[in-house]
Formats: sequence, C-alpha cells, structure tokens
Amino acid sequence: MRKGDLSAFLLLIFLIAVLPIFSGSPYTLTVGIFSGINAIVAIGLCILMGFAGQVSLGQAGFYGIGAYVSSVLSVHAGFPIVVSMIFAMVVAAFAAAILAVPALRLKGHYLAVATLGFGEIIYVILNEWGPGGPSGFGDIPHFNLFGYTIDSTKGHFYLVWGLVAVVMFFSINLIHSRTGRALRAVHDSEIACNAMGLDVAALKIKVFILSAVYAALAGSLYAHYVTFISPSSFSLFYSILVLMMVIVGGITNVWGAIIGAVVITVLPELLRRFEELDVLVYGLILTLSLIFFRKGLVPILIERIKKLRGFAVVKH
Amino acid sequence: MLSIREIGKSFGGLTALRAVSLDVKQGDIKALIGPNGAGKTTLLNIVSGIHKPDNGEVFFMGEKIVHLTPSKIARKGISRTFQHVELFGNMTVLENIMVGRYAKTKAGFFSSGFKFPSIMKEEEKIQRKSGEILEYINLGNRKDELASNLPIGEQRVLEIGRALATEPHLILLDEPAAGLNIKETRDLGEIIRKIREELKITIVLVEHDMELVMRISDSITVLNFGEVIADGAPLEIQKNPEVIIAYLGEEEEIQKGYNAHP
Repeated sequence: MRKGDLSAFLLLIFLIAVLPIFSGSPYTLTVGIFSGINAIVAIGLCILMGFAGQVSLGQAGFYGIGAYVSSVLSVHAGFPIVVSMIFAMVVAAFAAAILAVPALRLKGHYLAVATLGFGEIIYVILNEWGPGGPSGFGDIPHFNLFGYTIDSTKGHFYLVWGLVAVVMFFSINLIHSRTGRALRAVHDSEIACNAMGLDVAALKIKVFILSAVYAALAGSLYAHYVTFISPSSFSLFYSILVLMMVIVGGITNVWGAIIGAVVITVLPELLRRFEELDVLVYGLILTLSLIFFRKGLVPILIERIKKLRGFAVVKH
Repeated sequence: MLSIREIGKSFGGLTALRAVSLDVKQGDIKALIGPNGAGKTTLLNIVSGIHKPDNGEVFFMGEKIVHLTPSKIARKGISRTFQHVELFGNMTVLENIMVGRYAKTKAGFFSSGFKFPSIMKEEEKIQRKSGEILEYINLGNRKDELASNLPIGEQRVLEIGRALATEPHLILLDEPAAGLNIKETRDLGEIIRKIREELKITIVLVEHDMELVMRISDSITVLNFGEVIADGAPLEIQKNPEVIIAYLGEEEEIQKGYNAHP
C-alpha cells in the first residue's frame, strides 16, 4: 500500500476497534452496522464507475440476490451460514456475467438504463417468486461460525466492519496493481487498450462480477443481521442511494465510498429532530454538497491537505 | 516481415483502398505517404485489426492476421500510436507505460487483491522496466505528471514509449509529427531512428512532414486514391513523375476550385 492509503487503513482499523467501546448504545452501533453494509456495496460501485468507467443503476439487484440466496439456503436448505453466503456471492457473480454480455455493447446512459432494467427484473422476481412474496420472510438465523453465533449488536458491528476492512484491503491492492491500472485505462481509451493487447471485454466482465460479489456479500450480511427481508429493501431506490454515496464521497477515490456511505446513512438519523421536514433538509444538504464539493468529499479533503502542506513548505 | 496482399476496403460507396499490396522488410523504417484521403490511416487500421478489409490478406511473420481482434494482433507483436493521441489521460506518465506492460505480465484480480508474493515481484519488475523505458525516451523527469498535462510533443513520444513497453516486433506510427514544432520533430526523428537501430524494431510510419520522411525512412510507399502509385527508396520517390503529379495535381485542383469561386 502507498503511504496515504496505509495511514488511512490503519486509522480505519483503529476506529473500528475503538468506536464500539466509546459509543456503546445499540442505536449508534446499529446505524454503524448499516453504514458498513452500505459501504461494501459502495466500494464495489466506486471501482466499477470511478475506475473502470462503467455505469450501474442495478446494484440493488445484486444486493437482493445476496440477501435472498443466503437466507433461503440457510433457512430452507439448512446450509451453514458461511456456505450460504459464499453461494450467494457465486450466484451474484453468474448474474453479473450474464448482465455484462449486453453491457459490453453499451456505454454511458444506455448502460445506465440496461443495468436499471436488470435491477428491476430482480426486484420483480423477488416480489413474484421470492418466499413470502411482497411481504418477505423472517426467522433468518444470525451469522455463526464453528458453533459460535454472533447475536449482539457489538458482535455484528465487528463482523460487518471487519469485512469492510478486508474488502477495502483487497480493493486498494487491486487498484494499484496491473489489473487496476488496466481498468483505469479502459476508462480512458478502449482503442488504446486494444493496441496494448488488453482484453477489454474480459476486464469489463470481471469488474462487473467484482462489484456484484461485493454487493451480494453486503446483502447477505444485511439479511443475517436484520433476520427479516422483503423485496422493498432491494428496489431501485437502493441503487440510487448507493450511487449517491459514491458521488458524495468522491467517485475517483475508494475511501470516498466509505465516507459517502457513512454520511448518507447517518445523515437521516441526525435529521430526525427536524421531524416532517427531515427529507427536505436531507435533499437540501445533498444538493448543496454536490454544488460546493462537486468532486466529492474525499478528493476535496485531499486537495486541501496538499495545499496546507504546500504552504508549510513555502514558509520554511 | 509484414506483407500486405491485395487489400480492398470501402466505406459505403467510398472506396478507401483498392488492391493494395506492399512489403515491409525486417528492420526497415517504411514510410507511407500520399495526399489526404489516400487511405494511409485506413491501411494502418487494417494491419492493427481496427478495420476488417473487404478482401485481401495481411501476413505478419508468415502468419495470416487479418481475422484477429486488435488486442490479439497487439499480442502477436504489432503495436501502434494514433493520429489523435490516445493516451490514458487521467493516469501518470509512468502508469501509461506500465499499462503497456500488461500483455507481458500475469497478475489477476484475485492475486492482485490479496497481494500474493509472486505478484509483488512482478509489480517491482513492471515498475523498473517502465522506468527504464521512460529514461530511454527522455521522459524520466516527467514520470509523475498526468499524461494529459504534457505538451503535445511529449505526448506523442510517450505514446511511442507505451508502444515500446509491449515489446513489439513492429510499431505503426500514425502521423507522429502532427502538431510538433521543428525541434520536437527533430527529436522525434532521433527517437524513431534509435528504436530501429538499438532495439531492432521495424517501423511503419504515416507522415506528412516530408523532411522527416526523407531523412529517416529506408523505403517509401506512395498511396493516391486508395492505390499504390510508387514504391522505393526516398531518392527514387522524389524523382518519380507520377508522385510529383499526385502532389502537384492536388494543388491544381485547389487552384481550380479557387478560380471558380473568386
């Protein structure tokens, strides 16, 4: 890892370890858990959009596949939860490979509409054929491994954020590798990628799969934490929400995905005091943040820090 | 090493190339010249696989390549640069070269994400090799700048460097001197020559700058309206009456057009 990423990563680990100790209220921890779940989806979308330049408005579909496959397998087929979760990711990976086939021929707005259609198809399938139909189903077991079940809020917090850290570790390494560079190159010039011998189609399929696997992991964590799922959590609204997280945080930086996820998840909770005006204030804050921090929170923050350092150097 | 046989290509009603044949010898610098719209870039695009010809064959080191995808052709050892610079503008100069190393390296999604030790070694090698290439094309001091921030002259050289990183046998240069000033053009000529002499890489270049073409090329093929009208050493081409007509004829046309609309 590079210096900046390494210090940010160590800070992340430190915060994950310390936060539950200082703010032990289950309510705060629950908001934290949802932030972490959303962060995993957002990191995947950030790599897909910000790095590889492929748009997706269908992440809720993969998120839903993750939640439903893992729940159905553990409830109805009696699979161990870890196995169910892995299966969920594999199913999402196949779905992504299928979605990638038309996606290879599409760009920009057209790709956005195609992925949106994919998300809606999954949503309709869950409504029509999902266990419990539109009302969903419950009694989904909590996460357990080797006979040890996680049922406390604190335990879930560590589980979810531990996985956020793993996903982040993987993503940062990937971005600064041969593959990550190739993805960014695809974003900038496909014609030049071909001339360098890159297999553009294979790269696009793989990055779609990566984002889908992240979303499915998050979906299964959601299901085993909440223990009840219904299709309404996996609608287009969720895809838009994740898109918002990535853009508010800064689409060109994976750390932006985490910050964006936390901000978008925590903000509505902080705005409760405005009662019925909360949605209005929420919308206003988002609009203003996009006007004044167009590049996203994290890239702007990095710019500021660099500027401050620049001044410090000049002074000496 | 490169043999183009009876290539024909039309776009709708427009015939871009008509039964074009030419050979490029191993280690040569071959220039393709001709008036605008003669089909030079189309021919480069066919060799690199971007366009498929209507008929004809391209042999590269004895192998038919016309049916291959551009990326497969690149992996066979043909790299190229573009008339409109196609750098990865949001990446640094060094990273651009590193992408060029892609086909020569192996790291996948999984091994990169979990940083397997073998990958670390490979990554170090990519870094070192790319740094060497940058020094070779005299852009070592620019390595951390964004590619899109370089002046056009350096962008064109960087494109050549990126092509070198794929370890090609043949490089296709599409108007490498377009938009360059006299000094930049001279430096570019030096680099092209150095690549041929030291790295033994064969070069095909499409170029309008006749001074550069005459100075560096070993042989020249002249295209006009999609057909080969002359082929030979620079001095022969300069004296060839058909070539002179092709170039002057174009000027006459311009003159006529000018007189018709005073």
